Amino acid sequence: MSRLYPEKPGHVYFFGTCLIDLFYPEAGLHGIQLLEREGIKVSYPPEQSCCGQPAYNSGYDDEARSVAAAQIACFPEEIPVVVPSASCASMIREHYPSLFAGTEQEKLARDLAHRTYELTEFLVEVCRIELKDMGAPAKVVVHHSCSAQRHLRISGQTQKLLNQLDNVAIVQQERAYECCGFGGTFSVKAPEISNAMVQDKCDNLVATGADQLVTGDCGCMMNITGALEKRKDPLKGQHIASFIWERTQ
Amino acid sequence: MTAPDASHINRNFKSRVIEALEDQELRNNFRGAMDFLMQKRAAMFPDPEDLEALRHRGEQIRNRCLQQLPELLEKLESQCVNNGIRVHWAETAEQANNIILGIMKDHQATRMIKGKSMASEEIGLNHFLADHDIEALESDMGEYIVQLDHSTPSHIIMPAIHKNKQQIARLFHEKIPGIDYTEDVDQLIGTGRKVLRQKFFEADVGLSGVNFAIAETGTLCLVENEGNGRMSTTVPPVHIALCGIEKVVESLTDVPPLYRLLTRSATGQAITTYFNMISGPRKPDELDGPKEVHLVLLDNGRSRMYADKQLQQTLRCIRCGACMNHCPVYTKIGGHAYGSTYPGPIGQVVSPQIWGLDKAGSITQACSLNGACRDACPVNIPLPNLIRRLRHEGNIDSADSQTLGRGSLRKPVESLIWKFWTYLNSSPLWYRLTLWGATRFRNLMPSSIGPWTRYRSAPRPAEKSLHELVKAHQSQSPSHVIKPTKQETK
Repeated sequence: MSRLYPEKPGHVYFFGTCLIDLFYPEAGLHGIQLLEREGIKVSYPPEQSCCGQPAYNSGYDDEARSVAAAQIACFPEEIPVVVPSASCASMIREHYPSLFAGTEQEKLARDLAHRTYELTEFLVEVCRIELKDMGAPAKVVVHHSCSAQRHLRISGQTQKLLNQLDNVAIVQQERAYECCGFGGTFSVKAPEISNAMVQDKCDNLVATGADQLVTGDCGCMMNITGALEKRKDPLKGQHIASFIWERTQ
Repeated sequence: MTAPDASHINRNFKSRVIEALEDQELRNNFRGAMDFLMQKRAAMFPDPEDLEALRHRGEQIRNRCLQQLPELLEKLESQCVNNGIRVHWAETAEQANNIILGIMKDHQATRMIKGKSMASEEIGLNHFLADHDIEALESDMGEYIVQLDHSTPSHIIMPAIHKNKQQIARLFHEKIPGIDYTEDVDQLIGTGRKVLRQKFFEADVGLSGVNFAIAETGTLCLVENEGNGRMSTTVPPVHIALCGIEKVVESLTDVPPLYRLLTRSATGQAITTYFNMISGPRKPDELDGPKEVHLVLLDNGRSRMYADKQLQQTLRCIRCGACMNHCPVYTKIGGHAYGSTYPGPIGQVVSPQIWGLDKAGSITQACSLNGACRDACPVNIPLPNLIRRLRHEGNIDSADSQTLGRGSLRKPVESLIWKFWTYLNSSPLWYRLTLWGATRFRNLMPSSIGPWTRYRSAPRPAEKSLHELVKAHQSQSPSHVIKPTKQETK
């Protein structure tokens, strides 16, 4: 069941994801810097854009395939691809193989899926990273995306990473397992339901009394912090890569 | 007589959702009930590895049975006939209704008592019979409550789960003559039992569903807690069992593991109070049981599901309802909002395949693809993948698809947006140009962008994209130069 991890490589690709590219670029940069600090050369192919998930989840397979094919072409060498999002990583790992089944790129898609890793998973399992917390004491609530919890099943690794930070107290939210209501285009196609979900999520997060929210997925973060802001709740969110990078400088 | 029209499912979906979300009492009822059911199920499966092994076994059994579905159905028929059960085949809801009506007419029957049968809800049997002056009375307590309320089940296992104690107390007081208002659950159940007891004796025909139909022995298995299933199938002189064709299993030994998974996943019970095994009408030397037993095997779109390798997985379902209990959408909007006999994740997969995407495809949008249902499913149905597949079917009229109403949900503007999106994201130059523009003109981005900003503040593009940050970073410390020593972190 569990994935076999390779030795730490000398060179990896970084797939930044479109949401990070446009809205949260510092999270991507911090992810790259964390990898570099582990002594790994990081290549960021500038031709990359989006994994194709928005179209795929909306049932536009041809469109998703075109965009996915463009990404496959970005990562030709047989080295790991690290993605600072469980959602996009799971698109590549879980869905590229079936999306390209029966096409010329099937083998390439399978190969890419096989060597794609979510960032925290890679830092913990492959880099065996060791962190020294230099940050001020903080009370933090963590939101694990559905992709991290149920698709890639790597929320344990994210937790392990945060547990290394001595000055960070992690507080638990009620119904941590429940979806925040983002779901990509779901939040636009079923806005009322999505809103009901994110409001419940915000209630549970705020009730913890945490100083800040940490998550590994910027889709969830955009949804949750957007709703918090609209409610004028002071709770702020941060991507886990930035959170860790800033505390271990 | 035509089969029930399902086009309301698509038509009023949005308004039903909004109405449900605004009903705080309804939301509390569902939240409370689903939390309770999730806890009960979790307590039944304390060891995750054991659970995985059981689920895997359940999946294998169902797959093996489905692989030989045509043969097993033939065997079931011949074994049932050997046992004295009369077997009828219904390709459509209309045919099933008419077969049942025909049996009723043969006996000049005007009164039917029903055990719980979601298949009978699927074909709209009660309405159909009412149009022919036949009273069909529900005897499952939940079904009885919703029937009294002129409503429909909101959950496939617990039909009246949308109602709380107070609401049921009011309903009984208003609808049953001579009943005082009481919130005492035992008294409420006692009232229902008293009313129904008489009806069992008066009924000409009893109708039930089937949980497992065993091909090897021609046995119909019925899982229940209230005993009304046993009463419906033994007290009236005629018993009609309505059974979806996918319910057939190969042999007796297939039943225990599936039964175990079913009750634990559904209600968190190790076993139900009743497990009925019906293997024919009363024999000459027997003192009780119906004089006639009929089995109506219902297709109603199941063969279409069967023909598609991926969608065939829909038919593994053993109707436990765990996917609903664990669905964060179902928990918010409840069962009625879906507008279909089958709500929740399995309903989003089954309904469009039975009634067509043009009539019931919109409900596939009410899913964030979060995967909670897939993890709860006792037979590992990849529900999110199937929901996504049906969204695709709704957009595309593909020649190799059999799904009814395929391509009917395609919206020209939406398709155009996706074409544009595809062009942008597969052309590095245009992508980066857009990125550059969005970051440079970030302050010009509208603060109101449709449904998103109704409930959230608008996300603002960063000052510089990751593309730009990486470029600047690499010019400072080229990534190909590995830093001489790893930073000491301990």
